[in-house]
Amino acid sequence: MATTITKTETLVGKRIRRREDPRLITGTATYVDDIQMPGMHHACIVRSPHGAANIKAINIKPALELPGVAAVFTFKDTEKVGPVPCGASLPGLRVPHHHILAKDRVYFVGHPVAVVVATDRYIARDGADLVEVEWEPLPAVTDVEKALAKGAAAVHPEWPDNTAFNYHQEHGEVDKVFAEAEVIVKERITSQRLIPTAMETRGVVAEWHAGDRSLTLHSSTQIPHLLRTLVAQMLGIEENRLRVVTPEVGGGFGSKLNVYAEEALMGFVARQIGKPVKWIESRRENFTCTIHGRGHVDYYEVAAKRDGTILGIKLKLLQDLGAYHQLLTPAIPTLSVLMMPGLYNCQNIRADIVGVFTNAVPTDAYRGAGRPEATHGIERMVDILAAELKMDPAEIRYKNFIPKDAFPYATATGLSYDSGNYAAPLDKALALVDYKKLREEQKKARAEGRLMGIGISTYGEICAMGPSPATPAGGWESATVKIEPGGTVTVMTGCSPHGQGEETTFAQIAADELGVGIDDVLVVHGDTAVVQYGIGTFGSRGTAIGGTAMYYAIQELKEKIKKYGAMLLGTDDVSFASGACVDNKTGKSVPLAQIAGASYRALTLPPKTEPGLVATYFWEPPNFTFPFGAHIVVTEVDKDTGAIALKRYVAVDDCGKIINPLIVDGQVHGGVAQGLGQALWEQAIYDDTGQLVTGELMDYAIPKASFMPWIESSHTETPSPVNPLGVKGVGEAGTIGCSPAVVNSVVDALSPLGVRHIDMPMTPEKIWKLVQAGGKA
Amino acid sequence: MTKNITLTINGKKRTDAVEPRMLLIHYLREVTGLTGPHIACETSLCGACTVHLDGKAIKSCTMFAVQADGREVLTIEGLAAADGKLDPMQEAFWNEHGLQCGFCTPGMIMTAKQIVERNPKPTDEEIRHGLEGNLCRCTGYQHIVNAVRAAAGK
Repeated sequence: MATTITKTETLVGKRIRRREDPRLITGTATYVDDIQMPGMHHACIVRSPHGAANIKAINIKPALELPGVAAVFTFKDTEKVGPVPCGASLPGLRVPHHHILAKDRVYFVGHPVAVVVATDRYIARDGADLVEVEWEPLPAVTDVEKALAKGAAAVHPEWPDNTAFNYHQEHGEVDKVFAEAEVIVKERITSQRLIPTAMETRGVVAEWHAGDRSLTLHSSTQIPHLLRTLVAQMLGIEENRLRVVTPEVGGGFGSKLNVYAEEALMGFVARQIGKPVKWIESRRENFTCTIHGRGHVDYYEVAAKRDGTILGIKLKLLQDLGAYHQLLTPAIPTLSVLMMPGLYNCQNIRADIVGVFTNAVPTDAYRGAGRPEATHGIERMVDILAAELKMDPAEIRYKNFIPKDAFPYATATGLSYDSGNYAAPLDKALALVDYKKLREEQKKARAEGRLMGIGISTYGEICAMGPSPATPAGGWESATVKIEPGGTVTVMTGCSPHGQGEETTFAQIAADELGVGIDDVLVVHGDTAVVQYGIGTFGSRGTAIGGTAMYYAIQELKEKIKKYGAMLLGTDDVSFASGACVDNKTGKSVPLAQIAGASYRALTLPPKTEPGLVATYFWEPPNFTFPFGAHIVVTEVDKDTGAIALKRYVAVDDCGKIINPLIVDGQVHGGVAQGLGQALWEQAIYDDTGQLVTGELMDYAIPKASFMPWIESSHTETPSPVNPLGVKGVGEAGTIGCSPAVVNSVVDALSPLGVRHIDMPMTPEKIWKLVQAGGKA
Repeated sequence: MTKNITLTINGKKRTDAVEPRMLLIHYLREVTGLTGPHIACETSLCGACTVHLDGKAIKSCTMFAVQADGREVLTIEGLAAADGKLDPMQEAFWNEHGLQCGFCTPGMIMTAKQIVERNPKPTDEEIRHGLEGNLCRCTGYQHIVNAVRAAAGK
């Protein structure tokens, strides 16, 4: 037994305040726009004001004549730069060539056509205003169903049907169960286009080092290494001569899980002018040129028995892709198909996706990426089925849950759910709201003529993305753990967090594993010249995959530590615990700092052991993880104004083992806010000519503090067997669980009027009209 | 054509020649090097650029630097004591996990300071109303409300 304990308190599971915060609360963190360099120039991009148009001519002369303008570049200059990449592949996928600057035609408002470079950001903007473009406007199409109709304007003239791909997936005996079903319910359910709206817009600072033919790109991205690989290809630079630095990143939510034209364009410009160049996206550009999310029109059919047993699900999914494929655009709706059965034991599914081009900015991964759409669909359909059968929405869910002893569970969509106890969070949420009493209150409210609703959603999600064979790039993650000569610990993680708090959670895990203090651990990320190759932070993967890579690197180090410990203690029977090696026979111990020092000084070495204490581990996950939960929302609708009051919001989330409850709660709150945004307020609206009507924060309503209800957040903990930490992921849970709970609640409130479904966002205007029309849309 | 302006920023007086069209936020960030206040909308909707001007929270993206001539500006960098001791509002944001990506945080803290200066015991509703001009996309505001409540009266 060990006699020397240097540290006993474990940190995993504790509400520890974040270690990244001191720099953020004092205004001393460095985001891309905070970078200043000698001789730095500023870029402003000239963009299309039209949804579709031919470019007849571009006159850059007036801009070039403006004092302070250093250069103006158009397509003829950047022609040789490779296309903006699409990493997703599907059979028969049509991929338009996505030049970084438009050639002779533009396909959406905001499409870049020229870049003006000047000594000052004001002059760059003046110069952009002086570039003269002669446009020939063309008919545009922005609605997916209109785009598929005969005679629609063609987004890309070479593909007049506006169809990028058709995708089919099927399992079980779908036709048979639908033929034999006692009840079939059908509904058209949309998940509208959303604008991710990270508070920090995108930005790039590019610096060309002529002496060694190398480029440094500072970019606000979620994927520094993948960006390096892909931009190096676009620019024809050797990958080892491109360094990508992600300084502080002010939010991403999937919108920075991408490779954008501007990232390669700034690299090109810096090389051309031989000076550093900065481009900072305006909010208007962020709304028109950074990817949007969602954009579904879904046609659902569910077959069931009269006792509520779900037999089969059919889905026809129309995905609004926008004008181009960004990095993962066509792959996102396939995630919806994977998640189609939700938490329910249903082996008969058929899905058909049509990927549709429109004259709009591309859609791609936005918080949840395909899974909120799927959850919204199945959770609405389950409620519609319950209403049809006059069943309680909780009861129908219990009836169809995959039983807790059925894991691992092979879904009809080809997944293997790792672990689950789906009744547990629903039990807890129902108890928290006192469901029986609440239904009685509702009866009373209805008797008084008030419109009170109770909405439930029980959601599942695919997290920890993911095993490499199932992802467009590698799905593993890397970590290097170094115990420095003085005994402090440096962790370099390949995932590049941007608000998720991994500098804290990873340090908690490392400190526990190595028996050191949390302040002895430093977590480093986001610089390809410093950190080994990695994948990034998205798909709720940071802790489950990146944390696990770190865990295994530490286990390798522990073996080496024990060898040095045995040598220093002169024994062959040692254990390592609480930051020291202990001679199991004598109880004598030697602390980690002394071991680290000896390993670098290397006066003597243990047999077959190298100096130093550094380990790198690339962890390939054997499966995704599958968190789940139950959200219950109580609403009351004001008949006279259509306003929806959020009376209660209860969220019970099971994200596996919790490392830091404070951070987990924060993730849930933020996720719910974005789910509420979709359910109630947010919608990217393009008019028929391709103008983004909701092109500013004035017109696109992200939640404010006063919009938000108090979120009563709690948890159940079902560990994942996929990784040794037992963690699953929580970044997207709130968003995925939220929107159907809210819509189910409002539909429940309006059900006395005969309302069966409402599409999002449920604005007061929409609800008021519905009430005025006596429930008829 | 430039104009000389003299103002006191975080307790220190300085004079600079600026173009009349330069926004106060660009002056603070690019001339004085105080990059704590951020730009996230340029239309005074998001509040990331919030600083105090003569003791009042203002959005520095919708004001010209020349309009601040002769006045006092406090930015997030000037909030902690000279010895580095954090302001109670900064401490509360840290303790309560009132931030995630941190981009809105400097503006959010400057607004929160004003809320509790005007009302040392605000209700949650008053806090939420007071934060109306500051947007956060990460936190759902709940931990921010907790932080402002915790710092109130300190």
